[in-house]
Amino acid sequence: MMTNLGNRVTQGQFSFLPDLTDAQITAQIKYALGKGWALSVEYTDDPHPRNTYWEMFGNPMFDLKDPAGILMEVNNCRKTFPNHYIRVIAFSAVRGIESVTMSYIVNRPKKEPGFGLVRQEGEGRMIRYTIHSYATDKPEAERY
Amino acid sequence: MAKSETMKEGKERYKSGVIPYKKMGYWEPDYKIKDTDVLAMFRMTPQAGVEPEECAAAVAGESSTATWTVVWTDRLTACEMYRAKAYRVDLVPNTGPGTKTEAQYFAYIAYELDLFEGGSIANLTASIIGNVFGMKAVKALRLEDMRIPVAYLKTFQGPATGVIVERERMDKFGRPLLGATTKPKLGLSGRNYGRVVYEALKGGLDFMKDDENINSQPFMHWRDRFLYCMDAVNKASAATGEVKGHYMNVTAGTVEEMIARAEFAKSLGSIIIMIDLVIGYSAIQSMAVWARKNDMILHLHRAGNSTYSRQKNHGMSFRVICKWMRMAGVDHIHAGTVVGKLEGDPLMIRGYYDTLLDTHTNVQLEKGLFFEQDWAGLNKVMPVASGGIHAGQMHQLLTYLGDDVVLQFGGGTIGHPDGIQAGAVANRTALEVMILARNEGRDIWNEGPKILQEAAKWCGPLKAGLETWKDVSFNYESTDSPDFVPSTTASA
Repeated sequence: MMTNLGNRVTQGQFSFLPDLTDAQITAQIKYALGKGWALSVEYTDDPHPRNTYWEMFGNPMFDLKDPAGILMEVNNCRKTFPNHYIRVIAFSAVRGIESVTMSYIVNRPKKEPGFGLVRQEGEGRMIRYTIHSYATDKPEAERY
Repeated sequence: MAKSETMKEGKERYKSGVIPYKKMGYWEPDYKIKDTDVLAMFRMTPQAGVEPEECAAAVAGESSTATWTVVWTDRLTACEMYRAKAYRVDLVPNTGPGTKTEAQYFAYIAYELDLFEGGSIANLTASIIGNVFGMKAVKALRLEDMRIPVAYLKTFQGPATGVIVERERMDKFGRPLLGATTKPKLGLSGRNYGRVVYEALKGGLDFMKDDENINSQPFMHWRDRFLYCMDAVNKASAATGEVKGHYMNVTAGTVEEMIARAEFAKSLGSIIIMIDLVIGYSAIQSMAVWARKNDMILHLHRAGNSTYSRQKNHGMSFRVICKWMRMAGVDHIHAGTVVGKLEGDPLMIRGYYDTLLDTHTNVQLEKGLFFEQDWAGLNKVMPVASGGIHAGQMHQLLTYLGDDVVLQFGGGTIGHPDGIQAGAVANRTALEVMILARNEGRDIWNEGPKILQEAAKWCGPLKAGLETWKDVSFNYESTDSPDFVPSTTASA
C-alpha cells in the first residue's frame, strides 16, 4: 500500500518533490524574474491552511532582478529562522492577475507534527470541524 | 463589393405578400457595426436554390423581427433599428463543388442592443437560437461564435469567484489544480463514497467531484453524501495542511431544491458546489448569484452539450457555451483535454480555454475565434480537463492546456494498481516534477517521458502508474477541427 505519509505539510508548488536545492530554487527564481514578477520571502510557525499571512522577511523585492541576490535573502531568512516554515512567493501586477503567481516552501522545521482534526458534534448528523495545529499549542517562538 | 438590395421603407415595402428577406432590410453589406451591437456568426448550409445572401438575410430576419410575410404592424415600430443585419457572407474554405462537403457559408449578423434584456442568458439565447434552427430554407445551421459588447457584458454578474480568487482561497498558485471524479459513477453508498474522496484528497489531489448524474438516488441520498464527503475533506485537509474541496452536486428537479442543497453544503463548510448544464440557463444564473452571495465556488459540468456541439455543420459550437457560461457566472467549466477520451482538437480546445481565461481576445481563425472580444473585467472561468487522462500524459497536458486548468484524473487515480492514495501521489508528483522542469526551461514536450521516468525512480506510485497506462492513447480523428490553418505569407 503506497500512501501519502501525512508527516509533511504539502502546501506550495513543489512539496511532493524532495526538498529543493539552492540551484533548483535559483532556477525557479529566474523563471519568475523572466516573467516580470516580484519575489518575496515569508516565514511562519503556524502553517494552518487558512493562515494566509505569513510574516514577511522584508517587503517584496520589486527592484531586485538578480537571482543570486534573491537567493541570498532566502538564505538570510533560513539563517535567522532555521526552524520555521519559509516560502518564496512571486507577485504579478498584470491586469487580470494582480495576485500571487508562485508559492513554494524552501525551509521546514525538523519535525512537523502537523494538525489534528477536532470534531464538534452538532444537530442531527452534523459535525463542525476544526483543523488544529499542534504547534500552536505552544506560544510563538517556542513552537518548533 | 456586395450591394444592399433593401426596398425603400414605404408603401412598396409594406404591400402585403412575400418578398425576399434580402429586400426586407436583413441584408446590409455596408452596415457600420456599432460597439454596442451584439454580433453572431453562423455556419449555414443553404437549401439548393437558396442563394447565400438570401439565406443569411433569412437567418438574420428570423432571429430578430421578421416573419415569413410582410406585416403592416412593423410600421408602428422603429423597425429599421430592430432588424438584425447580415453584413457579411464568406464561403467556408474546403466546401462546395469539387470538395467532399456541400457548400457552407459563414454569415455575420449584427443585432441592436435594445433587442435584448440585460442580465438574461435566457433572453439572449431565445433570440439568437430560439427560432432559426428549424427553418426549412437552411439545411443545416451552426452558431459558431458571438461578440458580446461591453455594454451588454456589464449587465451580467459574471463568474461568482473567478480564477484569481479561487487560487487565493485555495492558497494554490503556479500550477494546475488536480481533481478526480469518484468512480464508479453510480451505486456507492454514502460511507463508501466518502472513502474514495478521503483517499484521493489525502493522497494529494486538490479536489474531488461528484459525477454529473449523482444527485439523490435510491442507492445514496444526497444528505448522506454531503455529510460523509465533508468528513473526508476535513480529514484530508488536516493530514496535509492544505485547503481541499469536494464538488457537491446540488443539481435537482427544481431550483428551490437546488438552493436547499447548496445551503446544506455551505452549512457543512464546503468551499465548492457543482451543477450540471442541463439545469438550464436561468437556473445556472440563479445558482451563480447564490454562489457569489455565499462565498462558494461554482463548478459547472457541461452535461449534454455534445448533443449539439460535436458536428461541424449543425448545432452550436462549444465556444459559444463558454461565452454564455462566463456571463452567467460559473467558476469552472469542463472544456476538453485534447489527449483524453472525449472529443477535442487541440486548436479548438485552445480557443475554448482562451474564451474562458482572456481579458481580451483577438481574432484567431485557426482557433475558431472569429471576433475580437473585450471581456470588460468579467472574472475568468477555470477550464476543467476531465476524461481519460493519466499521469503519463502530464507533459502533453501542461503544454496544451497551461497552468490555469483543473486536471481531473478519475480513472487515472482510482484505477491505480496500488490504490487510490497511490494514484493521487502519482498524479501530484508527476505534475510537480513537470512544472519544476518546465520552469527550469527544459523542453518538456520532448523530454516529458524522460522527466517522468526520472521521478519514477524515487516515487513508487508514479512508477506503477506509468507502467499500467503506458500504452493508452485515444487517437481518433476529430469531428470538429479548424477551417483555417495559419499559413506564412510573403511580407509586402
